[in-house]
Formats: sequence, C-alpha cells, structure tokens
Amino acid sequence: MTYLENIGAYFLMVVEMFRKPTKWTVMKTLILKDIDDLIIGSIGIVAFISFFVGGVVTIQTALNITNPLIPQYLVGFATRQSVILEFAPTFISIIMAGKVGSFITSSIGSMRVTEQIDALEVMGINAINYLVFPKFIALMLYPFVISIAMFLGILGGMAACVYGGFTSMEDYIIGIQTDFIPFHIIYAFAKTVVFAFVLATVPSFYGYFMKGGALEVGKASTTSFVWTSVIIILLNYILTQLLLS
Amino acid sequence: MIVVENLEKSFGETKILKGISTSFEKGKTNLIIGQSGSGKTVFLKCLLGLFTPDSGTISYDGKMYSQLSDNEQRDLRGDMGMVFQGSALFDSMTIAENVMFPLRMFTKQSKSEMQDRVNVVLKRVNLPDAHQKMPSEASGGMQKRVAIARAIVNNPKYLFCDEPNSGLDPKTAIVIDNLIQEITKEYDMITMINSHDMNSVMEIGEKIIFLRNGIKEWEGTSDDVFKTDNEALTDFVYSSNLFKKVRAAQLKENS
Repeated sequence: MTYLENIGAYFLMVVEMFRKPTKWTVMKTLILKDIDDLIIGSIGIVAFISFFVGGVVTIQTALNITNPLIPQYLVGFATRQSVILEFAPTFISIIMAGKVGSFITSSIGSMRVTEQIDALEVMGINAINYLVFPKFIALMLYPFVISIAMFLGILGGMAACVYGGFTSMEDYIIGIQTDFIPFHIIYAFAKTVVFAFVLATVPSFYGYFMKGGALEVGKASTTSFVWTSVIIILLNYILTQLLLS
Repeated sequence: MIVVENLEKSFGETKILKGISTSFEKGKTNLIIGQSGSGKTVFLKCLLGLFTPDSGTISYDGKMYSQLSDNEQRDLRGDMGMVFQGSALFDSMTIAENVMFPLRMFTKQSKSEMQDRVNVVLKRVNLPDAHQKMPSEASGGMQKRVAIARAIVNNPKYLFCDEPNSGLDPKTAIVIDNLIQEITKEYDMITMINSHDMNSVMEIGEKIIFLRNGIKEWEGTSDDVFKTDNEALTDFVYSSNLFKKVRAAQLKENS
C-alpha cells in the first residue's frame, strides 16, 4: 500500500512541477546554478571513470579473444558496442544516481528539515516547481555528459589497447568503425533522456517528502539512491526491449 | 481582522484542534500560548494555509480562505509574513538575498529599488552591515532579526511568528519581542505569535489565547493572565520556579 501511495505521490509531484511556474528571472538563476552543480560538477568524475572503464573493457575483451581466427579489430568493435549501448548511458547513470541523486535528496531534505520549504510555501511559491523544475531542465543537458563518457570510454579503450600491446591502433580504429548502426546512438540518447528525468525527479521526491531530522536526511539519500538505481535498471530493460528487439 | 470559527484538525485518529473560535485585530500582537503538543503550531499552520482544516472557517479581512481560488490564495499569502522557529533562512543565499527574496518573487521593482528596500528593513532590525554575510555566519539572534526583516520586507498585513524566542538568551529574546511589537504598530499588521515564553506574555501580549489539548481554554489580556482563576492556565503560568516565587510573594502581599 505504501508503495502504491508513493507512486501516486510521485506522479502528482511530477504534475505539480509544471504548475504555477516561478518567475523567469528567478528561475533562470536557479537553472544556471543547477547546471553548474549537477552537470558541470559531474564531468570530472564521469570523465575519469569512463576513460578507465573503457580501458578495462578493452583489456578484458582482448584477453578473452584467444582464437586466432577471430580478427583483432573485434576488440575495438566490442569496446564501442559496450560503451555506447550500455556503459555510458546506464552504468554512468547508476553512478550519477549516487553522486547527483544523493546531492539532490540531501539538499532538498535539509531544506525540509530546516523549514525552508515551509517558508517557500508560506510565501505562496510552488515549492515543487521552484526546487525540482530547475533540476529537471539542468539534467536535460545530461546527454552532453553521456556523449563525453562515450568518447572518453572509446578513447580509454584505444589507449589501453595500443599501450598495452593488445592490438594495433589501425585494428582498433577499424573495429570502432565496423558495422556501425546510427540507430544505436539514438537508442543510447533516448535512454539517457529518460534516465535524466528519473535522476531529476526520484531523488527530489525522496528529499521533498522526507520527514524527521538530520538522520532521516541520510536515510532518505540512501533510499533515493537505491530506488533511482532500481528504476534506471528496470527502464533500461524495458527501453532495450522496445527499441532494439 | 482574522476570524476563526470552529476550527478542527486531525492527523489520522488523533484530533489536534477541537473546535477553536477566536479573532485577531489589526495593530495588535496576539500570543498563542500552551504546552508542547497543545496544538499551537498546527493552529498557526492552519492560519497560514499550510494545513487544510477538517472543518471550520478562517477569514482574512472578510475573505474566506477555503473559498478562494488558487491564485487568490497565492495573492493572500503574499500578504503574510512568517518568522519560523528555526528562522528558515535560505542557506545558499546571503542575508541581503534572503531579505530580497520576496521582492524578487512578487514585485516588479528594479534591482536598485529592491536594494533600497532591503537596506531600509535591515536597518530597521538593527543589521545595517550584515548584507553580505551568509546565514551560517550569523548568531541565533541575528538570524531571527533577518527572518523578521524578510517577513516584513513586502509590507505584509499579517505576521506569524512561531516561537521567535526559542534558543535565545533572555536579553536577546526581549529585543526580539520588542522589535516584533514595534513593527506590528509601525506596519499596522495583525501579528500572531506562538510562544511558551511567559516573559513575552508580560512584555508584548496584547491578546492571549491559551490552548490546552486542542481546545481554547482561555482568552484575555496579559493583565488578565495573572488575575485568572483558570486552574490550567495558572498551573501553566506558574510552572517555572521564578514565577512560583513571584506568585508566592503576591499571595503573601495580598494576605
């Protein structure tokens, strides 16, 4: 029953997010601040993880190709497919659920605990629009982060491949160009936009509706991370089934 | 004038407010007193529109809150100022930005006009040089004064204060009390204060409402509080050792 109530409350929150909009001059500042916090602030960690995980994917693939009949360029091909189809959109989104999601839940939760949300409501401000909408707009730039992750993942793979002595640069480049299907990029970015929506709204929901004190803010952040990850993984399955099968 | 009639509010099975009726006049500081759990905060939040009452009515200068459209309720809230128990300042903004916030949200003033108004109200609450400080750098008393400045910056008709003295030393508490009373007269507002503090009752309470278990147990002026024979109120007022001693001295004098 609680789950059903939460699902209902979540969708009502999403509807409320678009109602009674905050004055544009104020909203503009909030959006820019959230772009800085959520997008620009995430590029470093995303770049670092993407580069090295791309390298590891390449090494693992190369080490598992022992049959001499399998062409060497397959390493590049496998890296590209793994990075573009799953690693960049899904794996990075799970990481972002931890980084960005916890930040959103704890910042909104702290505002709830210290009555700042009540202060907004008393002033007649739609607190959900004021707090959640700028995050939603900021995270619409999330595909930009994912494109960086894709590029650096493939680049990391190339570095590991060439400097680790697994294949030549030429083979790797042939691999990443082989059987390229442009729709895979559309599929990856379609997933990314859906995950961005989840990343903006689910952690906001757990922050906004939390009750209690500082301890509960921590608990809400943990719960938010768990549920954001679960929803991303479930949606990943559904979208893959719908778009690729 | 704010008129409350037969206000009731429950949370689940627990009835918090049990048919409260009262009224609050312009230019007066009204104190709502009572023990923790007596329903003071719920009553204040119903007045603010943060809680929807189960039954009963609240009208603000003849406008029945429950009958107003969303936009009208929003406009009415623009006429309300609130000082929260914990000040509720936006911790990502400077003190000046906090005070300017209602102006940015609800007026079309230019930046310089807003800055002028912020200067006026910060000066009024005796914080003329605190503009660029963050709330975390301010003391409890300063934070309360900033909260008062933010509440009055938009010239509200109604000012609500939830335990404005909690966590303050007695001297600062008196400064805050006096500031609220002076501002109430100056801006000709209706001010409602939730308080446990008997000093506030004596200092600034022009009308006192005593809540007990969700019922309005007693209503009167600050002078009446010390003459009443209402046992529950007497018990509440004289629960502190200091007031017990004052009471004992009074009784001795009378006898």
